[in-house]
Parts: sequence; C-alpha cells; structure tokens
Amino acid sequence: MTTYETVIGLEVHVELATRTKLFCGCANEFGAEPNTHVCPVCLGLPGSLPVLNRTVVEFALLLGVALNFDVPPSSIFHRKNYFYPDMPKDFQVSQFDEPICVDGWIDVAGERIRIERAHMEEDTGKTTHMGGGGRIHDADYSLVDYNRAGIPLLEIVSRPDMGSAEQARGYVSELRAILATIGISDVKMEEGSMRVDANVSLRANSTDVLGTKVEIKNMNSLRSLGRAIDSEIERQSAMLDSEEVIIQETRHWDEVAGITHGMRSKEGSSDYRYFPEPDLVPVAPTDEMRKVARESVPELPAPKRERLISDWGIGSSDARVLVDDRALCAYAEAAVAAGGSGKDVTNWCTGEILGYLNEHGSTPEALILRPEGLAELVALLADDTLSRSLAKDVLEECLATPVMPREVVERRGLAQMNDEGELAALVDEVLGRNEDAIAQWKAGDEKARKKKRGFLMGELMKTSGSKGNPKVLNQLLDERLHD
Amino acid sequence: MTGAKTAVETAAAVRSGDRSARSVVEEALAAISSREEELHACNEVMADSARARAGAIDAAVAHGEDPGPLAGVPIALKDNLCVQGELTTCSSKILEGWRPPYTATVVERLLAAGAIPIAKTNLDEFAMGSSTENSAFGPTRNPHDMTRVPGGSSGGSAAAVSAGYVPLALGSDTGGSIRQPAAFCGVVGVKPTYGRVSRYGLIAFASSLDQIGPFATTVDDAALLLETIWGPDQMDSTSIPSQPDPIGAGSDVSGLRIGIIEELTDLEGIAPEVRASVERAASGLEGSGAHIERVSIPSCAYGLSAYYLIAPAEASSNLARYDGVRYGLRVDGADVAEMNAKTRAAGFGAEVKRRIMLGTYALSAGYYDAYYGQAQKVRTLIIGDFAQAYERFDVLLSPTAPTEAFKIGAKTADPLAMYMSDICTIPTNLAGHAAMSVPFGTGAEGLPIGVQVLAPALGESVMFTVARAVEGLR
Repeated sequence: MTTYETVIGLEVHVELATRTKLFCGCANEFGAEPNTHVCPVCLGLPGSLPVLNRTVVEFALLLGVALNFDVPPSSIFHRKNYFYPDMPKDFQVSQFDEPICVDGWIDVAGERIRIERAHMEEDTGKTTHMGGGGRIHDADYSLVDYNRAGIPLLEIVSRPDMGSAEQARGYVSELRAILATIGISDVKMEEGSMRVDANVSLRANSTDVLGTKVEIKNMNSLRSLGRAIDSEIERQSAMLDSEEVIIQETRHWDEVAGITHGMRSKEGSSDYRYFPEPDLVPVAPTDEMRKVARESVPELPAPKRERLISDWGIGSSDARVLVDDRALCAYAEAAVAAGGSGKDVTNWCTGEILGYLNEHGSTPEALILRPEGLAELVALLADDTLSRSLAKDVLEECLATPVMPREVVERRGLAQMNDEGELAALVDEVLGRNEDAIAQWKAGDEKARKKKRGFLMGELMKTSGSKGNPKVLNQLLDERLHD
Repeated sequence: MTGAKTAVETAAAVRSGDRSARSVVEEALAAISSREEELHACNEVMADSARARAGAIDAAVAHGEDPGPLAGVPIALKDNLCVQGELTTCSSKILEGWRPPYTATVVERLLAAGAIPIAKTNLDEFAMGSSTENSAFGPTRNPHDMTRVPGGSSGGSAAAVSAGYVPLALGSDTGGSIRQPAAFCGVVGVKPTYGRVSRYGLIAFASSLDQIGPFATTVDDAALLLETIWGPDQMDSTSIPSQPDPIGAGSDVSGLRIGIIEELTDLEGIAPEVRASVERAASGLEGSGAHIERVSIPSCAYGLSAYYLIAPAEASSNLARYDGVRYGLRVDGADVAEMNAKTRAAGFGAEVKRRIMLGTYALSAGYYDAYYGQAQKVRTLIIGDFAQAYERFDVLLSPTAPTEAFKIGAKTADPLAMYMSDICTIPTNLAGHAAMSVPFGTGAEGLPIGVQVLAPALGESVMFTVARAVEGLR
C-alpha cells in the first residue's frame, strides 16, 4: 500500500461578540425569539442600505495584531450573489480579493502555520426544515429565522500547512485561545460561534503536486474535527489505493455514524458573480485605529504559557490548561499576586477548584473564595499550619461560605501541631497504651511490621485530631520503634 | 400650464397665514382629479394623509409655530421612494401589496420641512426606461401632448409638475431619469452630485449611479427642494459627510467659463432644434458676460455602452431579493428554486428581465473582465476627461435629450433606440457629478426642449447660477 502525505487547510468562521450586527443597529444576541432582532437593513428590505459597524473593523485590527497579519491601507466589500431563502438580499456582503487582513501566521507546537487571510462578512439567517427528517429535500416546508442574518463574522483562512488531524486540532485550539484572549468572540464550537471547515487532500509522498481537495463541514467540536479529518484521510487513502478518482466536493460530517457524506451538489457550478459592493465605501483604518489595536492586544497565549512555566515553575500541560481558560488563569494570577506560590496555586486551580467548577457548572468569577483566600490557603499549607487533608476541608468550607481560610482554621482549631515537644509527648502517650502493638511490630515480619506501623500512625493522627504534623510524627515514631 | 403658484410663494403664504395648507391641498387634489384619468401620472393619491397633514400644518401656524420652509407645499414622490405604510410599487407587479415599515430619509426631511406628500408617481418599472411605458400599471402621458411620452423613468413626477398637480416632485436619476423627463415635460429637473442626497429608502436600481433629485417649475423652487433634502445621512455610507453650502440666489454669469460639450451636441441624432436651443442659450449667456467655448470630452462617446454594463450588473444583484420569500408577489412552485423562478417570471416586466440577464452575463466568470471590468475602466476615463474639462470650465452645456418627446409606442420595439435617448445624461451619472435640465425653446413639434447644465462634483451652486441665467433668457 502506498503511503500518502496529508495536506490540510482550515477555514474558520468566527462570530464576533459585538453589541450590534455588521450593518445595522439590531442586537447581536444568541437565542432570542425568531425574527425579533431584525430591521429593514438586515432583512434587506427594498431601499435599505448597509452601514459598517466600526467595532467589527476594530476587532479585525486586533485579530491582525494577534495573528501577525498585514493590514493593507484599504480593503473593500464585495457582493457574493446566489439565491438562498435564508439570505435576505440573495447576496452576501463579504470581502473577496481585497480583505482586511493578509499574510499572517501562528506557531503551533513549534511549527509555523501560515494564514492566508481574514475577512469580514455577514452571516446568513437560519433555515429549519419541517418534516421529512429535517432535510431540505424531504421537508414539507421550511421556516427562516433572520435574527442571525447580518451577524458579523471573520473568516480566517489558513494555508494548507497542516499534515494531520492532530496538528489541525492544535491550530484550532491555539486560534480559539487567541480569539478568547483578545476577546472578540465567544468561540463556542458547540453553539456555532466558531465554525471550522476543513479542506483535506492526499498526495503520494513522492510528489509536490497537491491532490484534489475535499471540503468537510459540520464539525461542532475539536474532537469531531479530529475524527472527521481522520475519517476523510481513511476514505481518500482507500480510494487512491484502488485507483479511484477523488472529486472536488463538499462533504458533511456525520457525528453519529462517524463518517462523511457527500452533500448534494448545488445546481450548476457556483459562479457567485462577485463585484464590489456599491453601497459601501472602502475600509481604510486610520493610524490611530491601528495604534489602539496594537496597544489593546493583551498578552497572547503562547508567551503567557512560557511566562508561567518559567516564573511559576509549572509544567507545560498545566500551563495550557490555565491559559486556555482565561477566567481561571486570571483567578490564578490574582492569587499569585496576593502572595500565593505559583506552583501551589496552579495545583489547586487545575485540581480541586477546576473540579468544583465543573461539578457546579460555575465560573471562577462567581467563586465565593476570592483569589486572596486561595493565596491564604496556599500560605497556610506552605508554613505547615495546615496539613494537605485539612486544607481540603478548609477549601470545601471556603467554597461554600464567605469565610477566609485562616478564620476556618482558627474557629475549628485546625492548626497543625508542629511543636516537637508536644508531638513527642503525644507519641509517648499513644505508644504507652499500645504496648501490644509495639511487641507485635518487633516480632513481626516486614508485612506485619508495615501493618502495625500503619496502625500506630493512624492512632497518632486520630489522637491529635488530625492536626499532628504527619511528617514529624512519622519521624518520631520511627525513632521510638527503632530505639 | 396652469397659473399655479410656485413652492416658494405657496410656502410663504402658508407660513404667514395668508393661505391655509388645506386649501392648497384641496386645489392640488382638484387638479389631479381633473386630469389624472388621461395622464396617469400617479400610482397612488394619498388624499387622506395629505389632508390630515395640511390640517396639522394649519393648526401649527394658528399656534404661532413655523411648520418649515416648505410649509403646506404639496409634493409628488416617485413610487420608488419608501413611505411607511404606503403602497410602494416601483411600478412593478413583483412588489404587489408591499407597504414599507419605514420612510426614506428624503421624505423624512420633507415632512420635517412642512411639505405634504400627496401622490406616488408612475415610473418605468424599477426606474428602467426612458418613457414610463415600462410600467406594470400602464404608461403616463405627456401633459403637453397626450399622444407622447413624458420621458422616463421619472415620467410620473415630471408630468405631475408639468400638469400643475404640484409645484414640486422628487424623482431618481440613474442615467437621466430626472433630467430627460424634465426636458420632455418642460420643467426643471436636477440630478445632484452622487452622495449629496441620501439614498436610504430609495429602492435601488443601480446603486453607484442612483441619485434622488427635484422636479420644479422654476430654478428657485428646485433649489429650495434640493436644500431641504440634501446633506449627510448616517444611514447611507455613500452620503458625503460634509454639510453642503447654501446654493445661493445668484444669476450673474459674468466671467464664468462655460464649455459646450461637442460629443453630446454635435452628435448624429440630435435634432436641429435641440442643437439650436443649446447654442441660443450659450450665446445668451455670452451676452450676459460668460466666456463660451466648445470642449471635447472624447470618452463621453463610450458612456452609453459602459452604462449598459454597469447599471444592469448592479441591478441584477439589487433585484435578486424579489424572490417571493419575504414580501410582494409569490407564485408557488414545487420547491424554493421553482417558486423563485415562477415569481420572478410573473413579477418582472420584459425590460427588467432584459437588464437582469445583461447584468448577470456581464458579471459571470470569464466575462467579468471583458464587460464589467472594461466598463469600469471607461468610467474612470470619463471621470478623468471631465476633470480635465473642469480645469478650464466652471460649467458645461449640452442638450438634455436628443429630441423632444416622442410618440407613445415609437421606441418600445427597439430597446437600443430607447437607450439612445439617455446618451446626453448618462456621462454625468458615471462621473458622479451634478447636472440639471432647464426648459429652453421648443422643438419642431412645438414640444419643450431642455438645455443641460453640467457641473463638477459639489458644483451645485455655480450650476444653479447658470441655470437661473438660462431661465432668465426665456
């Protein structure tokens, strides 16, 4: 069997988190009653005209900085003409050969992925096919909701620089983290605010010529993106092995079946008859707008991960978990700023706290325990005031009620016993009433010894009300047993 | 022609309380009743709302308030301008029953100035035509001769002013659709600089060429109306952001440099009386102290060809939305595509279909560069040629239309002959400049002729000065 090189390029549509739509003042809001966020402009009523939302340009400029794009002095909108009932004007206002962002790149796991362009465009409405299993060709009728019509999108088109599903996922994951960091989108693949189409082709390892590409759509998570690409690679390899011809087409990912289906081709070939949108003027960002964009981009995920790894001494996977969750990362950074050690704070954040958030469907901003509290907890642990197990108890209480860890420790008298003299007396007392156990330890084999030692340690902790410093107790116990 | 008062006179009388707006409106409604059956200038007469507005204006005056510079002046609106709640048809079956939920910016400004919209006027369907014969509701007739066309596409507005229904009307001009009917009907018609008047609420034909403008019986009335509707509008991205300077009331042309455009005046097909009118106007202006010279603008000769690629291309896209899904006519089909096709087949007239096909073709892959792309280059050339001419001249003169009004039916079988009647007006739209038609002289058949005064972008003030001087030569 021949081996093939996989070539993947991705088109990522991102819904922008602006207050209003791209060309009108209607609210850009997910989940409202159908056809309530509409006006003459986004319904494309006769006589209406589009006016560009300035925030969209500002967002595109932020993207330009974050993805290392060039932003030419001016860009223009085109009309993409085709008939579809969810498109009110029967053309989509989009950018064509003069987009706002060109020639960008990002690094993903040490590999540079080039990004051809990013352009602004309007979203279409949403069609729901009623009856016939929800498919257009079998439906009894269809309903159109134009709330989504005119929602601003940025389409980010990569070069075909990825060679595996893994790398494609890495690219999308990094892109998602960057978009979240610059705050221009909710980037929720599940809700459709980030939609990824993949162009996949294979070629024999020996050639430079690109194979026929197939576009796959309808992946609504990173996981399904990976699965869809792998399934497509498998399909195309099998076809090439049996010398079948791959046709250029768009295929639909079926999440349940785990395969792609060919979509019925649109009637005729798609000639969109692009021409410059005469109702809009060229977009020429001013120097001031460019400057504001440069100064507004916060620390991006890659440098941030590097900083946390080196400043806090944490591992790269912890750094990724933190940086991918902006709110959690901000929480952790605030805790560190309040005096907590980076490594300890990270451990709590990516462990118990993340667990709590997932379990309760909560967010770091909503936690009763503020970052200062976490910093205090970490400090109590670091200076041996609290044992790890008691610290978890304290955390649990602090996540449920508005108290600071030190208050809990004091009120419940949970401070760890660290005084060696006190602990020695405790050991004397416990060993004094467990002569039998000591005798059995002395007579026993290794297994019996281990068991008896564990028993004695348990007695010690119990007697101390779980407050004895286990490290010191262990040490004292060993000394006495080996006396 | 009736002895009707001008808009300036009527507004002054209503503002001072000498005349009631109600009486003005009743007079206009009576004028409409007396001739509308034969003329068919109007698609809709808004008698009730006009009377209600007139009552409100009279009440305001009685309370010592000033209803505005157009107080009580009845005005006709071309039926491609949106007025909330009023049938707005573009004289097309495809917009059957559609009432816009919003009002065009120009109409809002008219209302704020105290004007009283009284009728929606007939037009060539979607403003595509030069005779108002392409209306789904039948042609409008020329008030000067019932057997002749009023010109188009704003023929209903031109006829309404010419017949004395109203002193003012609005039209739209994409390739001459205000100026040519103004010439045919013997009234003043103005196409302002592109971007000077907001297009918000004007149902688009060709977006990069469309511009709303006034019809009036006098140059002063046209200026008053233009000053009411123009100026920046944040609902139109192509609206010029600066506030316009007042037009002024001057008519002194001494020292002005005026060029007669050779390519449009000496053209084959220009009637001798039309050419003579332009020359007579020029020598009159010369007598008033202007410097007159002939000037060549070579690329003007290609204007018509470029226009008939650019305008249909934009129209093919602008008119795609009439698909039966959301409003207007719907003819059912087995599926959406068939419904779209049947609706459009039934809803559009022949000329609209012709232009949609032309435009679709011009934008198609493989043809774009040769047609649409090439036409845009011609457009750039025309802009350059005019810029050169305006280095030497303040304004230019030419005929508005090659002939006086032609007979109904004379050109309906020959689209190219029909297209030729816009040959003198099209270059201004392609350049985005201003131009207006002033009645001056009559043709061999005794019908009005218009002289066109052309000015560079934002040159309305000097254009009106020269127009006023031409008007004074009559």
